[in-house]
Amino acid sequence: MIQSSLVLMASMVQGHMESHAAPADNMKWLWLIPILPAIGFLFQVFIGTRSLPKPVISFISCGVVLVSAALSWVAFFQVKELGHAIEGSLGAWIHIMGTDGQPTGNLGVIVNHKLVVDQLTCIMILVVTNIAFFIHVYSVGYMAEEKRYARYFSYLNLFTAFMLVLVMASSLILMFVGWEGVGLCSYLLIGFWYEKKENAIAGMKAFIVNRIGDLAFTIGVLALFVAIGTKTGVWTVDFEGIKRAIHEHPQALSTGGATFIGIMMFIGATGKSAQLPLYTWLPDAMAGPTPVSALIHAATMVTAGVYMIARMNFLYVMTPTAMTVVATVGAITALFAGTIGMAQNDIKKVLAYSTVSQLGFMFMGVGVGAFAAGVFHLFTHAFFKACLFLGSGSVIHGMGHEQDIRKMGALKSKMPVTWVTFGLATLAIAGIPPFAGFFSKDEILWKTFSTHALLFPGWVLWLVGVAAALCTAFYMTRLVIKTFHGRAMWAQASSFSGGGVNLPDWMDEEEEKKREHDAGRGQDESSPAHNLPTDESVLDLGKVGKHGPSSHGPEDAHAAPHDAGHGHDAGHAAGHGHPGEPHESPTSMLVALVVLAAGSCLVGFLGMPHWWPHGDAFGKWLEPVFEGPHETKGGEPVKEKKEGHEESHGLEWGFMLLSTAVALAGIGGAVYVYSSRSGVPAKDFAEKHHELYDLVLDKYRVDELYDATVVRTLLNLNEVAGRFDNEIVDGTVNGAARCASTASKGAGYFDNEVVDAAVNASANATQAAGRKIRRLQTGNIKDYLTFALVGGLFVIAAFCLFLTWPDLYHRVFGGK
Amino acid sequence: MKFTDHPLEHMLVLSAILFCAGVYTILTRKNAVSILMGVELVLNAANINFVAFSQYTRIGGIHGNVFVIFVLLLAAAEAAVALAIIIGIYQNFGRVDVDQADQMKD
Repeated sequence: MIQSSLVLMASMVQGHMESHAAPADNMKWLWLIPILPAIGFLFQVFIGTRSLPKPVISFISCGVVLVSAALSWVAFFQVKELGHAIEGSLGAWIHIMGTDGQPTGNLGVIVNHKLVVDQLTCIMILVVTNIAFFIHVYSVGYMAEEKRYARYFSYLNLFTAFMLVLVMASSLILMFVGWEGVGLCSYLLIGFWYEKKENAIAGMKAFIVNRIGDLAFTIGVLALFVAIGTKTGVWTVDFEGIKRAIHEHPQALSTGGATFIGIMMFIGATGKSAQLPLYTWLPDAMAGPTPVSALIHAATMVTAGVYMIARMNFLYVMTPTAMTVVATVGAITALFAGTIGMAQNDIKKVLAYSTVSQLGFMFMGVGVGAFAAGVFHLFTHAFFKACLFLGSGSVIHGMGHEQDIRKMGALKSKMPVTWVTFGLATLAIAGIPPFAGFFSKDEILWKTFSTHALLFPGWVLWLVGVAAALCTAFYMTRLVIKTFHGRAMWAQASSFSGGGVNLPDWMDEEEEKKREHDAGRGQDESSPAHNLPTDESVLDLGKVGKHGPSSHGPEDAHAAPHDAGHGHDAGHAAGHGHPGEPHESPTSMLVALVVLAAGSCLVGFLGMPHWWPHGDAFGKWLEPVFEGPHETKGGEPVKEKKEGHEESHGLEWGFMLLSTAVALAGIGGAVYVYSSRSGVPAKDFAEKHHELYDLVLDKYRVDELYDATVVRTLLNLNEVAGRFDNEIVDGTVNGAARCASTASKGAGYFDNEVVDAAVNASANATQAAGRKIRRLQTGNIKDYLTFALVGGLFVIAAFCLFLTWPDLYHRVFGGK
Repeated sequence: MKFTDHPLEHMLVLSAILFCAGVYTILTRKNAVSILMGVELVLNAANINFVAFSQYTRIGGIHGNVFVIFVLLLAAAEAAVALAIIIGIYQNFGRVDVDQADQMKD
């Protein structure tokens, strides 16, 4: 019996069924947390889109999320007070009778509309509701000019609702509802400006790539359900039920089975959380509005995979193979995406690859058994990455929808608040103490180094992680320098405002120097493909979705001496709605920036090393979730945490210093390359190793590889299937039709040639006879008279004949 | 001498000659008026037969003579109608040649 979930959600007061003897009360009000944004969604869809004034729409949308956030805090304090999970059930949702007739017999299952808030969920709902609220507020300013304003907020509300269902769900099935729901909202919001074909395609790409992962995820869930049910007779999809079943029946799941299930679920996570090899949709997802990128594609939805693995930790600790796969994929993704990020020129693309890279760190953390560290990085990352995205949105807004960092620069004085918040978030992500990212990343690296959960020593992955951290510091510093410092490329490349912009004096001098410099190295105008892009190509580069090997300029396109851009068409600039000069964003945007930047600075202290006074509050808070019954199991469970405690603090101090040094090295390197020497070394490198540089710039051409292999194969398969359809199936149908047509043609021929011919022939004969006989009817009275006379004479002659020879009469007419 | 001294055969031969002359006229003449005249000859041939048989036999008494009177009457009426038709033909065709008036055959 499957009922519409919305109907049940609305009927909060109906009776309920408890499937387990839950210790806690049934707190139905927990459902208000996801339902309020859902109500906001319905309101916007049915009422808001009918031209309500924008302030009303904003108020409702932000308001419902704010109330949800407040309720999340209530739930948090309740969990804190009670010390155990709280739950709210609305009764049965799916109830399938077992094949043996028992309600929970063979293959029988009851799934409740039940939300559970434990310590892990607490963190997730606080992150989701609070960051969602600030991003709603930010969107009020960012989307102020948008014509589909209510629709945008309805999607944001719907996303918040589904994300809350995802993290609060008590069972895998209900979680999957949220899992798919956020995917839907992601699709809708990536393609929000669907008038542009690239955006619509990016949305579809995200959706389709996620389907691959979701298929594997579904297989994993069903395999887990069947495996546990068959072995223990407990048919359940509840997290709690599965955990208890595995705990009570240690042999319920073989190591091989757990490995299979773990890897299948992880494939689902690679789709949702953009890991190798399914990460390609996330950079394209930047086609959506920037607040969406911040909320969905940085802070919340993409972390669902990490959350899922943390939630299923009792399964993963049973299988070192799956753990190794998770950690290795995470580490490789972190480095891989980090290197790509170093060469991108679109401000949002850099952040997108940064997100992929940081998600890799999180998977590395959960993969080595440091679930708390992984979730902690998820937590801190939500703050600083949301702040970075919102900062980039502020820049894009201020620049009049310009995203190419080569056309920015020197925005520091124009957008001071954005600069400060962006800078703080950069320090956080780069891993400078005491900002948030330092503690979480350091924790992950330390746990990776000291782990024994993997099939090989942890320092291998640790090296990869350190390299990725170096990349992170480097590309983030590069981004900050090219956006906020250096020369104001916008004043130059965008002489869009007519002749109104007066270039400062120093600009000319610098250009002179640059010219000389280029000439001295023989790089003048002779190799335009690699040195001096034309004005038009510079303008084109920044457009979203326009990528491909040929359209990239060199690293430092701003080295190109523009001729004050005389060739620019004013229409192009006007189309972008350029204001004359970059400007600071409205207050509603800045509020969100400041709050998130403050978070980036402060939340790290929740996860101080455990030997610190009051340290590791975060890890201790999560202990009930991660140190479940599996610790008591005798077999292969990983006891990484316990062993970690015994390591000497000195070594940890050393690692902290090393992490800091790595971060400083990255920052310093970027400052040296892009600030002190204004990008010359990067350009040199790009020229010297231009094949390598192009490879990185083209994102290792993974998209092209997929196009060439998977997509091409599928298209070929389509073609074969199409040909089969056209030639075999259609051929059969057409052949039958042709047979019938031939037969009927034969019948028609017979009809025409034989039947009709007979009919016509008789008609013709009659007509011919008539034509002959007609000659008798001359119309001339004398002819008729002649005939009559001849006839009369004939009768007389016969009379005379018969009178003369009476025998003759009898011989002719018979009788006697 | 008496009318009846001549044998009946003479009367019949006269009648036959008149009839043949009338038919010949009808068949050979193109002029409608001539044809009408031929018709009169044929009618009078028949009248001679009626009168002759009435005089030379006892069959029917006076009946033969009465028939002749009827025939004369009818011939007069027929001549009147026929002349009217001939005038109509003349008005339509500009002549009284009956060979021309064959439009009714189609």
